[in-house]
Amino acid sequence: MNTFLTNSKSGNKVDLWLILVYLILILFGWANIYSAVYSEDHAFIFDFSQRYGMQFVWICISIITSIFILYIINPLIYRTISPLLYLIMLFLLFSVIFLGREVKGSHSWFFIGSVGIQPAEFSKITTSLMLATIMSQYNFSLNKTKDALKGALVVLIPILLIIMEKETGSALIYLSLIFVFFREGLSGWFIILGFSVIALFIITIVYSPFIALIAILSVAVIIRFFVRPNFKTFLISAATIVLIAFVPKIPFKFVEILKPEIWGIILFVPIVFIWLKDLWTRKERKESRWLFLSMICGIIVIFSVNFVFNNVLQAHQKARIENLLGITEDLHGIGYNVHQSKIAIGSGGLLGKGFLHGTQTKYNFVPEQSTDFIFCTVGEEWGFVGSIVLLSLYIFLIIRIIVLAEKNKDSFTRIYGYCVASIFMLHVFINIGMTIGLLPVIGIPLPFLSYGGSSMLSFTILLFIFIRLDMNRQTR
Amino acid sequence: MDKKVILIIGIIIIAIALATRLFFLQIIDEDYKVTAKNNALVYQTRYPARGEIYDRNGKTLVGNKTTYDIMATPIDIKEFDTVDFCRIFRLDINVVKKKLENWRLNKKKIGYQSFIFIKQVSDKDYSLYAEKAYKFPGFYAVSRTARIYPFNAGANLFGYINEVDKDFLEKNPEYKSGDYVGITGIERSYEDVLKGKKGYNIFIRDVNNRVISSFKNGTHDINATPGEDLVASIDGELQQYGEHIMANKVGSIVAIEPSTGEILAIISSPGLTIEQLSNIRNEYSSILEDPYKPMFNRAVMSAYPPGSVFKTVNALIAQQHGVINASTMFSCARGFYFGAKGKMGCHGHPSPLDLKHSIMMSCNAYYANTFRALLNDKKYPSVADAFNQWKEEVNKFGFGVKLGSDFPSELAGNLPSTTTYDKIHGKGKWNSYNILSLAIGQGEIGATPLQIANLAAIIANRGYYIIPHLIKNAPDSLRREKYREKHYVDIEQRFFEPVVEGMYLAVNAPAGHGGTSRRAYLDGVSICGKTGTAQNPHGKDNSVFMCFAPMDEPKIAVAVYLENAGAGGTWAAPIASLIVEKYLFREVKRKELEESITNANLKQFVPTKRKRY
Repeated sequence: MNTFLTNSKSGNKVDLWLILVYLILILFGWANIYSAVYSEDHAFIFDFSQRYGMQFVWICISIITSIFILYIINPLIYRTISPLLYLIMLFLLFSVIFLGREVKGSHSWFFIGSVGIQPAEFSKITTSLMLATIMSQYNFSLNKTKDALKGALVVLIPILLIIMEKETGSALIYLSLIFVFFREGLSGWFIILGFSVIALFIITIVYSPFIALIAILSVAVIIRFFVRPNFKTFLISAATIVLIAFVPKIPFKFVEILKPEIWGIILFVPIVFIWLKDLWTRKERKESRWLFLSMICGIIVIFSVNFVFNNVLQAHQKARIENLLGITEDLHGIGYNVHQSKIAIGSGGLLGKGFLHGTQTKYNFVPEQSTDFIFCTVGEEWGFVGSIVLLSLYIFLIIRIIVLAEKNKDSFTRIYGYCVASIFMLHVFINIGMTIGLLPVIGIPLPFLSYGGSSMLSFTILLFIFIRLDMNRQTR
Repeated sequence: MDKKVILIIGIIIIAIALATRLFFLQIIDEDYKVTAKNNALVYQTRYPARGEIYDRNGKTLVGNKTTYDIMATPIDIKEFDTVDFCRIFRLDINVVKKKLENWRLNKKKIGYQSFIFIKQVSDKDYSLYAEKAYKFPGFYAVSRTARIYPFNAGANLFGYINEVDKDFLEKNPEYKSGDYVGITGIERSYEDVLKGKKGYNIFIRDVNNRVISSFKNGTHDINATPGEDLVASIDGELQQYGEHIMANKVGSIVAIEPSTGEILAIISSPGLTIEQLSNIRNEYSSILEDPYKPMFNRAVMSAYPPGSVFKTVNALIAQQHGVINASTMFSCARGFYFGAKGKMGCHGHPSPLDLKHSIMMSCNAYYANTFRALLNDKKYPSVADAFNQWKEEVNKFGFGVKLGSDFPSELAGNLPSTTTYDKIHGKGKWNSYNILSLAIGQGEIGATPLQIANLAAIIANRGYYIIPHLIKNAPDSLRREKYREKHYVDIEQRFFEPVVEGMYLAVNAPAGHGGTSRRAYLDGVSICGKTGTAQNPHGKDNSVFMCFAPMDEPKIAVAVYLENAGAGGTWAAPIASLIVEKYLFREVKRKELEESITNANLKQFVPTKRKRY
């Protein structure tokens, strides 16, 4: 137990299911990269001047690394060195902002010779380990504000640094760790709140702040009715909302002085007073206060959306969101990627065009076809059936990790397992979602399939540390 | 609920959302499949050779030759000797330079696209270019077929082809930009037969429009199917000859084989020249400005007053009605007098005349009487009813209606109706005197030269006609049937005899007997003819003549119509006679006549500033 070598006596067997799915995914990914870059001049799959040749090198390195993780490194060391690894990684994340080479507008790459390394990819591992270390400490509880802040900080610092590198997509992935917090005791309301903010954001951009305001007020009134079933108050509130809804239709000049959403708030103030009277006069239930607070937050979100959208987001991010939401349509400019990608996937049909027979993903119609848009090749050449099989493999992988994590008595392994599952899930969802036009274009790789050494290696390490930890499982 | 279960359910919901979207994208939505095909595959059209047109003797009327379009791929163009290039194709160097500059500026936008730089370069220019082609990188030649016309005649008849325009494409989506289509003449009416079927080569291209390779080694490529050849009823030599002798005359010649309705020659003068036809794009505006309107096909579009040739129709209808017979005589005192001042003049000839001689000498008074007899026939309750009956029978002769030839631009001419006269004179306020000019083919009647030739054919056939047509081997049975059917005019055959005899005498009676068509006489051939001298409100009278020959078993029926050329016997008759001679003997022996006719300039009498008929 205290050597670097694995003590095979006390350990369980390696989870062969995870290893199997892993191998299928990397080999399938390799085949698809071969197909995406394929040309008759370079048909040899081990041609190292081509991406599939390079990918083979990365696959070999990954497999060697995974064997190293499984059989050489003592898993107990992770708990002790994770703060050190975490700090080193923070330093790298920070220094790459100044020392890294600019690639497509972001400062997130170190170059060793011609091989690029992206610290942001590897910091997922260190952050997960760090989070597992802190949250598995004795007495740690998310109900304690200090502990909760500690946990949040572990995640927020790398997010901040990665945003400074202008790799917003990668930063987004860390948000998936909220599910780890959820599993470890965070109220589900936070997640609902998060989704509500996203929904409000979309409603405000696609429709108008006014519509979003009406939506939020209506929801608040309805929820309040269930929390405090006062019929009279409910009727007055509902009538006020109807009145607000008609504000833009009022044909008097003076109405135009203020925006309709401002009128809406002014008109709603009396209702708030009625609610407040309740709040002060009796001992209100906890939910009522939360509701009131959420409503205020929601209104603030509505009024800040335009500011965030116009001033915080970068131009290309704005354009991608507008394109996704159908506000602008530009098939040759910003919408080109997604349009071509949808064509490629859509043209696959039920069974696909067959390996190497895709017409769209070859000949460069789809940009980034071997990296972020590798799913296009899958969709085009393997069709609906192939896409669903691939999706199922990922879902199997993720659920298997969760199931194994839950089996572990050791909370470090469990928390780390949830980190891995959450990160994989968000990668898969965002990547596939963007290629089929469900989500805005966010440049993140598809685990094990996308071309690239950093992502391949980091996902492998992420997964195999979990597999190794799980080998020591003591079932609860 | 267990948080693990909630998370797993969440994951499955997300997976289902992705799967659903994939299902719609890959299985349901057809849009993306079509686009994918268009996107990566280039269909390069293979143009078929258009069908050729042969004449009735198997000689080529309209053939094909290879020409070249010079294509340019801007991105491949490097510095080259623009002066030399422009010299080969006789281009304006400044225009070329401007174009090159324009391409340079739009380099990104153009990418790997190619454009047609010069259209239809001649063989000669092409061979000059081919020698030096290596000097002009970025340019290449592709072959296309263009029309040739070995007889150098028949431009109006064949019509021209042109690249399809936007309007046409909207109405005919089966055509694609860059296709040619027949716009006028046979090219238009037989477009469906001549055009053939396009094929294509499929190539795979990349996002920059650069062709990568042939798609599946060309196994899916389709060859072009050439258009079907047509055999025209036209006699190429006759057509050429007719155009030759019509030089400097305004009018028309139509020659028909009576037994089949096949058009042997159809000439509209002045017409398009072959040179104009093959260069229509550049000539178009000057053609439109020409005061003689060469595009206007007089043979099938002009509604001329037929003049005295129409007397034959009235003679036939009147006999059928029984209001006259072969021996009915009318007298004539240099005209027909009615009312206080009404007079229809006539020339000096013996009087009275019977039917046969009235045709021979073309007596106006005879037909004034005949026409009155028709309209005042007691069988009918009113003049209007009698008129309607008459009109119906005239329609059967093909007047006032479209004959239905395979000429796309054929018009119906005019035949007045009772409403025409009701409008002029008031309802019920007109009688046979008011419309008397119809008796001699004047007034409100208008006939095309084709209709007049058809009348000659009806008389030659003694009672029927087959719709005049140009194409012998129309591939569809519908058209074949249509051009085989006999249209009877419902006049008994015996009534034709006095008319035919009169027409025979008009040409063949010895000099001094009053035959009006002596100048149509041809030794050894029994030509039967009828002159007409139609009043033309603009200038001199129109000269009209129709004939057929030989009298028994006729081989050819001809109508000649000359604007402002004077009496029918003077010019129209000898022209028709030459046509008959040329057709029957393949050679004209009367060189003197031929020469005097060819050299006559009758165009000078035609006022140019006036409305066409």
